[in-house]
Amino acid sequence: MSARPQMDHEMAIILNELLEMGARVEDAIRLAIKSLKEKDSALARKIIDDDQIIDDLEDAIRDKCIKFMARQQPLAGDLRMTISILQMIRDMERIGDHCEDISKYTLRLENEHYIKELIDIPRMAEMAAKMVKDSLDSFVGKDLKLARRVWKSDEEVDEIFRNINDELLDLMAKDPAKVKQSVMFTFIAAHIERIADYATNICEETVFAIEGDFHMEQIEEV
Amino acid sequence: MENASTKFEIDKLNLFYGSFQALIDIDMTIYTNKITALIGPSGCGKSTFIRTLNRMNDLILGVKTTGLVKFDEMDIYAVDYDVINLRKKVGMVFQKPNPFPKTIFENIVYGPKVHGEKNRDKLQEIVEKTLKEVALWEEVKDRLHKPALGLSGGQQQRLCIARCLAVEPEVILMDEPTSALDPVATSKIESLLEELVEKYTIVIVTHNMQQAGRVSDYTSFFLSGKVLETDKTEIIFSNPTNKKTEEYITGRFG
Repeated sequence: MSARPQMDHEMAIILNELLEMGARVEDAIRLAIKSLKEKDSALARKIIDDDQIIDDLEDAIRDKCIKFMARQQPLAGDLRMTISILQMIRDMERIGDHCEDISKYTLRLENEHYIKELIDIPRMAEMAAKMVKDSLDSFVGKDLKLARRVWKSDEEVDEIFRNINDELLDLMAKDPAKVKQSVMFTFIAAHIERIADYATNICEETVFAIEGDFHMEQIEEV
Repeated sequence: MENASTKFEIDKLNLFYGSFQALIDIDMTIYTNKITALIGPSGCGKSTFIRTLNRMNDLILGVKTTGLVKFDEMDIYAVDYDVINLRKKVGMVFQKPNPFPKTIFENIVYGPKVHGEKNRDKLQEIVEKTLKEVALWEEVKDRLHKPALGLSGGQQQRLCIARCLAVEPEVILMDEPTSALDPVATSKIESLLEELVEKYTIVIVTHNMQQAGRVSDYTSFFLSGKVLETDKTEIIFSNPTNKKTEEYITGRFG
């Protein structure tokens, strides 16, 4: 339907970079947990260093969005989409920071024997990583149902987070020697919980870009 | 739509140029002291529509109009309606500045004179007042008796607006008033509109989406003789209801 090939071309470039940023963020989540689980300090350091790439992508996409607005003067759906992208890259950049923070805990724990096997934290992280991927897919594919489903799945992440908290509190209460690690694992789980929240923000941006409002609850149940 | 009072109420307006129907079942409300922008592709009926508001189409042979156009609750197409008075109350500014080939002063006093004003002091007062209203006074006060055609395009257009104001209208119709002007002159006219709307009701036809977005309170989208959507301007340009409106304002067709 397009009579504005240049505009569509510029938007396609922005969306490509958005997906690239999304893929990097998704990798960062998985690798941060892998390095934690496997006590891979080299990998943790790489995640910390590579966060700069995510930050640079945010700057590059923001810059392209500003030029896009200045030159193409998007309106209506195009305008909402551009504004949504500007919000989403902030959230994705924050997710990158959370991965960096998790990796810093990995480095602090590198010489310690873990007080417990890590099962729920990796499971929670895997869910959060998938939420980030699916939320971006819902945006690029203009898929309201997917956005709604991802948004809703945050409840499961919250549930796992509560369970992890309870379990770690229990460990702390029983054995003071486990307090240090328990606190660190609690913080790590909290970072993952925040990551999932950012994914729900991205879903809300999808709904806003398509519908013009944030009425998540009105989208038909899937 | 809100608690603004109504200046024009249009109900099932149809207009034919001979056998060609240019306007189809137009329903619209034009609010007092608001700016209403009419947008739509060329040939969609915007200009025809605003010319129905002061019955300028009467001057075109073979035009037939049906439906109701009420101005201050009076049917302007009623047989006994005073058209001369209507055109005094509903002034018009066109796309290309069209001052008379006379002096600046004579351009402005032309209307008041036609309507019987002879008092020199009064005419002088009208000239100063209207030129101040369009922010042209400081630029031309020392050459009021020089030819209007010596002014720049933007100044000429502001003079035409002043000429329109000189007969004390209630409504100003503008048919693409800045499309022949550069960005600086355009922005002067646009800021002028903001001041004028305090006293007048303004209807503006524009092909410039950004202009409609910047200046108007309400926007109506015309397509093929019909009004597809009218809403507050901020809604039309951020989240229109009609898919055709969206496609037009985002430049996907038209």
